[in-house]
Amino acid sequence: MEALIAIIIGALTAGGVYLMLQRRTFPVILGLSLLSYAVNIFIFISGRVALNAPPIVGMGPAPTDPLPQALVLTAIVISFGMTAVILMLALGSFLHTGDDSADGGGQ
Amino acid sequence: MTAHFVILPVILPAVMAGLMVLFARSPAFARLGSGLALAGLVALAVYNLAQASLGPSPYFLGNWPVPFGIVLVLDRLSALMLALVAGLAGVVMAYVLATGWDRRGQYFHPLFMFQLMGLNGAFLTADAFNLFVFFEVLLIASYGLLVHSGGAERMRAGLQFVAFNLLGSTVFLFALATIYAISGTLNMADLAQKLPLMPPEDAALIRLSAVLLLVVFAIKGALVPLQFWLPRSYAAAPAPVAALFAVMTKVGAYAMIRFGTLVFAPTLAVTGTLWGDILWAAGLMGIAVGALGVLAAARLAPLIGFAIIGSMGVVVLTLSQFTAPALAAALYYAVHSALAAATLFLLLDMITARRGGDDLAQAGPKMAQGGLLAGLFMVAAVAMVGLPPLSGFVGKVQVLQALSAHAPVDAPVAWSVILLGTLVTMIGFARAGSALFWRVDTAQASAKHPAQPIAFAAIFALIAAMVALSLFAAPVAEWLAITADNLIAPQAYIDVQSLPAVAP
Repeated sequence: MEALIAIIIGALTAGGVYLMLQRRTFPVILGLSLLSYAVNIFIFISGRVALNAPPIVGMGPAPTDPLPQALVLTAIVISFGMTAVILMLALGSFLHTGDDSADGGGQ
Repeated sequence: MTAHFVILPVILPAVMAGLMVLFARSPAFARLGSGLALAGLVALAVYNLAQASLGPSPYFLGNWPVPFGIVLVLDRLSALMLALVAGLAGVVMAYVLATGWDRRGQYFHPLFMFQLMGLNGAFLTADAFNLFVFFEVLLIASYGLLVHSGGAERMRAGLQFVAFNLLGSTVFLFALATIYAISGTLNMADLAQKLPLMPPEDAALIRLSAVLLLVVFAIKGALVPLQFWLPRSYAAAPAPVAALFAVMTKVGAYAMIRFGTLVFAPTLAVTGTLWGDILWAAGLMGIAVGALGVLAAARLAPLIGFAIIGSMGVVVLTLSQFTAPALAAALYYAVHSALAAATLFLLLDMITARRGGDDLAQAGPKMAQGGLLAGLFMVAAVAMVGLPPLSGFVGKVQVLQALSAHAPVDAPVAWSVILLGTLVTMIGFARAGSALFWRVDTAQASAKHPAQPIAFAAIFALIAAMVALSLFAAPVAEWLAITADNLIAPQAYIDVQSLPAVAP
């Protein structure tokens, strides 16, 4: 289970970094989203992997750590909001200049 | 009741921003609200400064016991930064109201309030994850302020700024999750107690998270080699907003001081001088890049941006020692450089409005109020470069003194780089000043421009603050010396949170 999750995080991070290095803004934003998915899973498992365990003390023999779940909720909300902001900026930049290269291009 | 004064610098702008959005149809309400909120913040900052001088005071959100709940702690360092933010924001707001920048786009005032909320929260919180949340609050407000009043160049620069900072936030989360996975806590005082007791097999992970966090703070503080976002985004931002952003790099410096003295203190065996060694090199490079950038800049706006990079270089070079005198000198210089950068950005706005641009290669028309502007620019440049008699000089002397206590092999290197950097920066500013004020194209009609006495008063207020900082250098340095002592020996900061004891 740990190995599977580690591979997923690694694949998401690698894909995110690759896309971030692209020239157009759309792949860059997709890459940022993939990176945020990777970090969300990373936070989630920082309280260790536990199957079928409730996050409440006293509900089962071995409760899982509830704090990373709270942290990951915060992180998801923030990265969702940030993605919306950067999409609007990318759209605004494209509509103003008619060019969507992320590095400012200017040919 | 007075116990709640600790959290009011966060609550007040947050409530005000909400009200401003609610009454968005009335611009007069937003302007009045901003004025009232900033008056309140300045009063709170003075009160908190006095309070923090007596000792740190905690604020437990929802009365949850630490380390389970979030706790804010007001200590001398936090109070100093709160006062810097409140004072600077007050001056910037006076300038904005006088020049009408807030009318050039929508939602300037609520965004400004959210920016202040994020800054104040970041300076107050004693919880690492909460620090991340307040970083995001101040960043998302800064994205809005950066593109205020729109335009292609602002949108493009804003896009790069946001993308870069989102990457920084992701790295921050990776670092925090790693720390949590090792130690099971994110309260900074709790981390200070628990990290020294971690088993040796966790040493590599602790070092990894320390470096990841340093990368995040280096992005915020625009340390070389992560500085390249700064000149372009600050140049594209509306100049008064850039003046407020002068505090944003100090957030990075603040976080480095807080973590570097509390969590990854030099006494922590696994990290030791890891941060100090990196910051030493980054500081030296920062001074060099900043000075060369000032010399090479083709416009005034990026020139000021590079001057900020250079001054951040001086700050981190000094604090890389993590000794009490070095921290006191770094804090003095950080406060001074925030004031100097803000003064320059406000002047940039005045010059751009009167000259029709800040291009140094092109001759402009004769400026309205040109003589006064030239005089003010010279004073601000003297402050930024660090020539006598202003606070930049006092700050640099303190920095050089603090660094001479360092190992004798390294001190000459630091001295030479700082002094050479000062020389090159001075030449750069002299070049910019003569290009702006002496190369006048008489063929162009000199445009009439209103005198704007309140806007000038705002700039005079910043200069007065720097004069006061150098006149009262001795009491300020004394106060900062105690601050630095408390940072180096943070037991009071830890004890005040009444954490459960950690079994060794």
